Amino acid sequence: MNIYEQKKANIRSSWAIIAIFVLFFIFIGLGIDRYYGAGFNMPVYTVMAFLVAVISGYAGYRNGDRLVLYSTHARQLDLNDPRQKQWQNIVEEVSIAAGLPTPKTYLIDDPDPNAFATGRDPEHASIAVTQGLLGALNRDELQAVAAHEMSHVRNFDTRLMLMVAVLVGSIALLSDWAARMLFYRRTGRRSSSSGGGSSGGGAALIIIGIWLIAVILAPILSQLMAMFVSRRREYLADASGAELTRNPLALAGALEKISSYTGPTRSINQGTAHLCIEDPKGNSINLKEGRLADLFATHPPINKRIEILKQMAYAR
Amino acid sequence: MVMWIIIGIAAAVVLWIIASYNSLVSLKNQALNGWKQIDVQLKRRHDLIPNLVETVKGVMKFEQSTLTQVIEARNKAISAQGIAQKAVQENALTGALRQLFALVENYPNLKSNENVGKLQEELSSTENRIGFARQFYNDIATKFNIAQQTFPSNIIAGMFGFKPSELFGIADASEREVPKVDLNLK
Repeated sequence: MNIYEQKKANIRSSWAIIAIFVLFFIFIGLGIDRYYGAGFNMPVYTVMAFLVAVISGYAGYRNGDRLVLYSTHARQLDLNDPRQKQWQNIVEEVSIAAGLPTPKTYLIDDPDPNAFATGRDPEHASIAVTQGLLGALNRDELQAVAAHEMSHVRNFDTRLMLMVAVLVGSIALLSDWAARMLFYRRTGRRSSSSGGGSSGGGAALIIIGIWLIAVILAPILSQLMAMFVSRRREYLADASGAELTRNPLALAGALEKISSYTGPTRSINQGTAHLCIEDPKGNSINLKEGRLADLFATHPPINKRIEILKQMAYAR
Repeated sequence: MVMWIIIGIAAAVVLWIIASYNSLVSLKNQALNGWKQIDVQLKRRHDLIPNLVETVKGVMKFEQSTLTQVIEARNKAISAQGIAQKAVQENALTGALRQLFALVENYPNLKSNENVGKLQEELSSTENRIGFARQFYNDIATKFNIAQQTFPSNIIAGMFGFKPSELFGIADASEREVPKVDLNLK
């Protein structure tokens, strides 16, 4: 798959995720209406859930990047600092190579080397980097990292990742809230059980059952999807990043240095993990190969990535 | 019936001609834009050089000839006309700058000077920008040229007189050689 096909696929998948997101909210709204509301004749909760989904989805599309940057405490670069000015220059160089507008640049005060890109399209993109990365890598390696992030921007990975982050975040919030509400209602009903309780019936039980499963499984599923979605595209971003700089060995060197820091990137939390160049959780799962590791890691094994990049260099 | 088939085929051919013509024009404009980007970056370099010379002049008074060489190369590069001559003059400027930075290494107080460090970073960034801008131009121009030469879009390209874009190469055969390292320096 080349980057043009990848870009089309990403834009398509972003829409699919929004559709899943809205449908999921409607499903939960229907469940609430059936169980607590006035029934399907007056689907108040369904309409509300639909509106919430559309509004929050759109807000996430427009402002999700700012939210992500805010949550990592990213701040603007200080261009009087030589290292930060160099990083600004490098990002500008790489955007010339990609033929795209220069993304906004941000710095995160964290000693662990890491970087990520976000934004809905290349015109509204941001690249953030940790203080640790600026300190650990040389100019060529920083350029390779910038090119890797630029590739995520160029093929709209960042838009898809943004929508996944919005989806994962909202579903986690929602299932939390629903579980609490369900629990509260059940204990409440027990105390006044003489009145209602007749709203049941076999069909209703099935709907409630499906709804419950969705509420329980949703956070797990969405997390798994976020991981799957990001693993495959790391290889592509490595390759097209190397195509921008024509220097795959620099990226291999950068990854080697980054992987030698095993600690977690503390300022980058779970929700943004799949945006980073290397897993910020710092756990060893990304170093392993095999089925289970493949399922739970957000990034491919770093050794495999380095190996592929070195092959690219020798093949020339 | 037969007439409808003929009309259908004719319409398809016309649509195909329009589509290929438009995609060729789009590629041509992308290549032109890529070309403009190179000029933007070259201008950035030209603007940085007087600053650099001004900063190092005081300390490097013994290297007057190198400094004047850099300034001359810059002025020639600015006034150069035509692609071929521009390329030659820009390459001469690159050479003069390299020589200057090699000499800076001999002056410890210059090397540690903050302004010199900043200018050095700006200039090496500019070199990269020029390189990337050329790379981007070459990639787009290659796409444009391939579209002009492959069947069937070559028919349209010939019909409307599209000309292949010139690519950037290494101007000087000596640049292609691996640089020789002189180990008897000290």
